[in-house]
Amino acid sequence: MDVIHTIWLRNVKRYLRSRSRIVGSLGMPLFFLIILGFGLNSVVTIPSVSENYVEFLVPGIVSMSVLFTSIFSGVQIIWDKQFGFLKETLVAPVSRIEIMLGQTFGGATTAIIQGTIILVLSLFVGLNVPGIGGFLIAFGFMALVGVGFTSLGIAIASRMEDMNGFQLIMSFLIFPIFGLSGAMFPIESLPPMFRSLTLADPLTYGVEGIRFGLCGVSQVHPLTCFLVLFAFSTVMILIGAFLFRKVKM
Amino acid sequence: MKAVTVVDLTKKFGDFIAVDSVSFDIEQGEIFGLLGPNGAGKTTTISMLATILSPDSGKAVVAGHDIQKDQPGVRESIGIVFQDQSLDEELTGWENMDFHGRLYRIPKKIRLERMEELLDLVGLTGRKDDFVKTYSGGMRRRLEIARGLLHRPKVLFLDEPTLGLDPQTRNYLWDYIERLSNEMNISVILTTHYMDEADRLCDRIGIIDRGRIIAMDTPENLKEMMGGDVITVRSPDYHGHIADLELSWIEKVESYDGFFSIALHGAEEHLSELIRILVERQVTISSVSVHKPTLEDVFLHYTGRRIRDSGNGAKEQMRMAYRARRHH
Repeated sequence: MDVIHTIWLRNVKRYLRSRSRIVGSLGMPLFFLIILGFGLNSVVTIPSVSENYVEFLVPGIVSMSVLFTSIFSGVQIIWDKQFGFLKETLVAPVSRIEIMLGQTFGGATTAIIQGTIILVLSLFVGLNVPGIGGFLIAFGFMALVGVGFTSLGIAIASRMEDMNGFQLIMSFLIFPIFGLSGAMFPIESLPPMFRSLTLADPLTYGVEGIRFGLCGVSQVHPLTCFLVLFAFSTVMILIGAFLFRKVKM
Repeated sequence: MKAVTVVDLTKKFGDFIAVDSVSFDIEQGEIFGLLGPNGAGKTTTISMLATILSPDSGKAVVAGHDIQKDQPGVRESIGIVFQDQSLDEELTGWENMDFHGRLYRIPKKIRLERMEELLDLVGLTGRKDDFVKTYSGGMRRRLEIARGLLHRPKVLFLDEPTLGLDPQTRNYLWDYIERLSNEMNISVILTTHYMDEADRLCDRIGIIDRGRIIAMDTPENLKEMMGGDVITVRSPDYHGHIADLELSWIEKVESYDGFFSIALHGAEEHLSELIRILVERQVTISSVSVHKPTLEDVFLHYTGRRIRDSGNGAKEQMRMAYRARRHH
């Protein structure tokens, strides 16, 4: 437990110190929120979910922010590899799984902080304040998304030598996961082929879960969301731990 | 009990034998040096002893723990300073130490006490709250050494501890290492390709070349074996016309490509006679030097090559090319 805490602490410390990273990674979600939100607000209404597009969009953008931050936190292990710090951790008398979990929870924590900042900012652009219960549900789903995708990032980083492949991951993994997730449009409006892709995207269940917490309605039952995401995060931790075990010093 | 016992340790990378049945012992409190050119197998040997790599055959026991059967035991009882830096530059010196202490599960009170003490020992107390990215190369090395000692290891590994540091910093670092080993009575294994470093610091030296230990003794004994003085004569067209020379005062003549060296006692008295003989035999002399034997002469004696001339191993070259590529 001490070891997991130690590694978590380092991640959080580093995150809180890198102001430019915090501000930098707020930029894109905010642009999406403001440009799409206000741009489409007057022309889009989504019956049965929300009359207000901005309100519909907020959970999607919060998820986006959590997704980006968590995958990036996981992939950061590559920096540790390159700067040699990973050796210091790997040669210590601690198990790989402890290191991996510390990294995962650290990444998830930074992702939740990042998502919360977006959430708070959203209150100023038209999100109705939900009850405390709603916030807690949203946080729970943010945590699951954060854990799942940080683990995914660690799994990827375990197989990569340097950051050269990161652009590839950005284009062919992160953006599709975000784009297909139903963050920006209702699932029912999609043609059947895309709908099944959307339902296969784990982030969809994060978005819907957070939407349930913040708006009180969702297109997928929140319990389903929870179960799917929980299973996804568990599997990702296992895969991440398996691949991280094989990382050579 | 020996601090380290190594028996026939071997490591292969494909067809390349990086470490070839290496055996040695290290006493408690001793500073042992592995001296050899780049690619000789020094880092590979240390990596096996530190459980980073597993050997293909052979056996080693570090501080009473078998490196293959009891990895956690080995890891708890060693400290290691890698050849490449392994600090977190975004944390302060203090935080790097603290991270290490927590990772090794040192109770808080003891941890904080030792951190103060060790930072003081390596002279970093005044800079402990600065980010490591603002440290100089020498300060980083000192911090890494202090960090490696935090969990009171029985054996400390230093892989090329002064690589890339300026002469003054190297001197400081040598002082620190000597003091640490005296004050804490820990065994130190260091690898180096600097002869002066091995000579100055080590109680015993294993000279390693192409994966094999070719000589092992105290620096004094190794040099003594070469005779009292060495005269090295550079001669572009030398083809052994002196190898047959039998004079009472010549102890040994060794010929190499473009130069030869003569081991003897009282070089100053015999120099003029030697030069007269060389001139008689029509040996072109481009330079003559007289010096006390160094470990370089010892290495030359055993391998026929100078340490600095020895080509890098293929693996080392690849690794260096790789490092150069990713560092810009």
